[in-house]
Amino acid sequence: MDHSPSFPKRIQTEESATFDRTALDYIHNAAAHGLYEIRGLGAKRKLPHFDDLVFLGASLSRYPLEGYREKCLTKTVLGTRYATRPITLDIPITIAGMSFGALSANVKEALGLAATAMGTSTTTGDGGMTSEERNSSKTLVYQCLPSRYGFRPDDVRRADAIEIVIGQGAKPGGGGMLLGQKVNPRVAAMRTLPQGIDQRSASRHPDWTGPDDLVIKIHELREITDWKTPIYVKIGATRVFNDVKLAVHAGADVVVLDGMQGGTAATQTCFIENVGIPTLAALRQAVDALEDLNMKGQVQLIVSGGIRTGADVAKALAMGADAVSIGQGVLMALGCNHESYEQNGQRIDATADYAALGARPGSCHHCHTGRCPVGITTQDAVLEQRLQPASGARHLKNYLKTLTMELTTIARACGKQNVHHLEPEDLVALTVEAAAMARLPLAGTNWIPGVGAI
Amino acid sequence: MEGVIDVTTFDLATQTVRELNQFLHRPAAELEGREVVVATPNGAHNLAVGLNAPVQVTVQGHAGYYAAGMNQLATVVIEGSAGTGVAENMMSGRVHVKGFASNAAGATAHGGLLVIEGDAGLRCGISLKGGDIVVGGSVGSFSAFMAQAGRMVICGNAGDALGDSLYEAVLYVKGDIKSLGADAQIEPMTPADIATVAELLSAAGLKTAHDPAAFKRIASARTLYHWNADADQDY
Repeated sequence: MDHSPSFPKRIQTEESATFDRTALDYIHNAAAHGLYEIRGLGAKRKLPHFDDLVFLGASLSRYPLEGYREKCLTKTVLGTRYATRPITLDIPITIAGMSFGALSANVKEALGLAATAMGTSTTTGDGGMTSEERNSSKTLVYQCLPSRYGFRPDDVRRADAIEIVIGQGAKPGGGGMLLGQKVNPRVAAMRTLPQGIDQRSASRHPDWTGPDDLVIKIHELREITDWKTPIYVKIGATRVFNDVKLAVHAGADVVVLDGMQGGTAATQTCFIENVGIPTLAALRQAVDALEDLNMKGQVQLIVSGGIRTGADVAKALAMGADAVSIGQGVLMALGCNHESYEQNGQRIDATADYAALGARPGSCHHCHTGRCPVGITTQDAVLEQRLQPASGARHLKNYLKTLTMELTTIARACGKQNVHHLEPEDLVALTVEAAAMARLPLAGTNWIPGVGAI
Repeated sequence: MEGVIDVTTFDLATQTVRELNQFLHRPAAELEGREVVVATPNGAHNLAVGLNAPVQVTVQGHAGYYAAGMNQLATVVIEGSAGTGVAENMMSGRVHVKGFASNAAGATAHGGLLVIEGDAGLRCGISLKGGDIVVGGSVGSFSAFMAQAGRMVICGNAGDALGDSLYEAVLYVKGDIKSLGADAQIEPMTPADIATVAELLSAAGLKTAHDPAAFKRIASARTLYHWNADADQDY
């Protein structure tokens, strides 16, 4: 090989696109430890998303509403199919299921307080229902998960809705994990597990194995609740068209669809980044399935997985969702990935604690360690004090208010008096990929990839 | 029944499961001491689910899925066989199956006693969380999978992968075990174990049928409790 100074330096030091720095880091790490990486939050890779859609606001051919004066309704009703007590929410933005265990009890209380103040629902997670979240939440959705950790009939009866979790967008087909650092005495007792173990949750339900069994399982929960309580079925986005149809056939009142950008408290990175389909593609398929069954409006659809802004909410509704569910954005509103945390009105710098984890604010995903620098995804007695319920609830309420105002701003601009009147016709896509996935025309054209003339 | 002062019969030939369960969801004070007889069950699903009162229920025949599901306080006797998920997630009380039980019997039960006089299918006692299960016959494969707490007494044989990924539940098997699951191991029977088996057999009404000392104890080796790359765990 020619190492003379005249040899082009770029060729001597050319980086590989296949074995780039990230791939090298991954291989070196695997070689050093013999274990895959586990982390929190959702897919980090760039995916077709709601950013790739824009609204066609009103103009000559459509008539807008006045932004400041005219009413734009946000009321959302879920669970109208069979339940005698459907859920009525003031806004179509709900709080996604997140466990006590992954989150501290303070956080669960903050979620309940903010959701109640905004007239929306919050959701339990793996590990059961805490008194903090039941007492602080006017409308609480109780998850029935494969592990059934802390699943109790008294809590079934005091839930406002039951969500049977089949899967999660971050890891469809996988069970949960809660590493030993987070299995403190209270978490362990609620889950009937030894303290400090690296806990794995089952990926399959223990007492039913397929859609035919699920029919009977849902029927059991209806009998237990005397047919009052709405029953949701949550799926992680993979074969969405078929899965939504099966959930509807099984008797769901509401289908909750979680796309691959959905978060997790602890999952293998290979799983988060490589299993499941993007929220945008999944939502289109779910709406197709409901329309195919002529069940649109009878079975409500909640979509989650990477919803951040009021514009995201508006786009999800326009594509056919009845509501959205937010997990990661909610945690970020509480201070996840913030440089500092709030204590008695003062901001206290947390960057040193991020550094101690090998992380930094802005890209931290160390939820699985239980050492959350801002006190959210922790069970540590000291760290959890960094998130006080009242202050967390204030921030979250502000966030939800902002989303709602953005949502109605867009709806009014599209001439809608009700956010649920947003429709696919209000949207176009900016990329060919998004156009194909969302089945919307590419902006400035009538072209929908895969639709129309061959 | 001795001590029962009031018997109500639901004949499912003419009445619905909904009517039965609605009746059984009355306030505990109204149900206490009553016996409810379910006639002509014909394998109906979801019989006597979500009970929360010290009531006695007798199913005069076969039950379908989830009979006595999520039971609290009640005593439910199924005179025939039971379908999938009998006494699933039971919290307390007693469920007694005179015949056979299908898959996932006693799944995730937190408390109470489930007695199955005949055999049980796959995944008996899966994710058990504190309940007790006594099976007079044999259990199918994957029984006590991820069982966290509670006790199982199996008077017959066990299928493949018994006690896979066990936590703190303890299993007692009199007959043959086709195979143990990951992390399950046979341990010596102590006098306390023999007393436990005797107590559970007695509670199940099988005291004279089996010698408690003839059972094997199966519990977790606890090697899966923590991440360990060198153990080549298939997480």
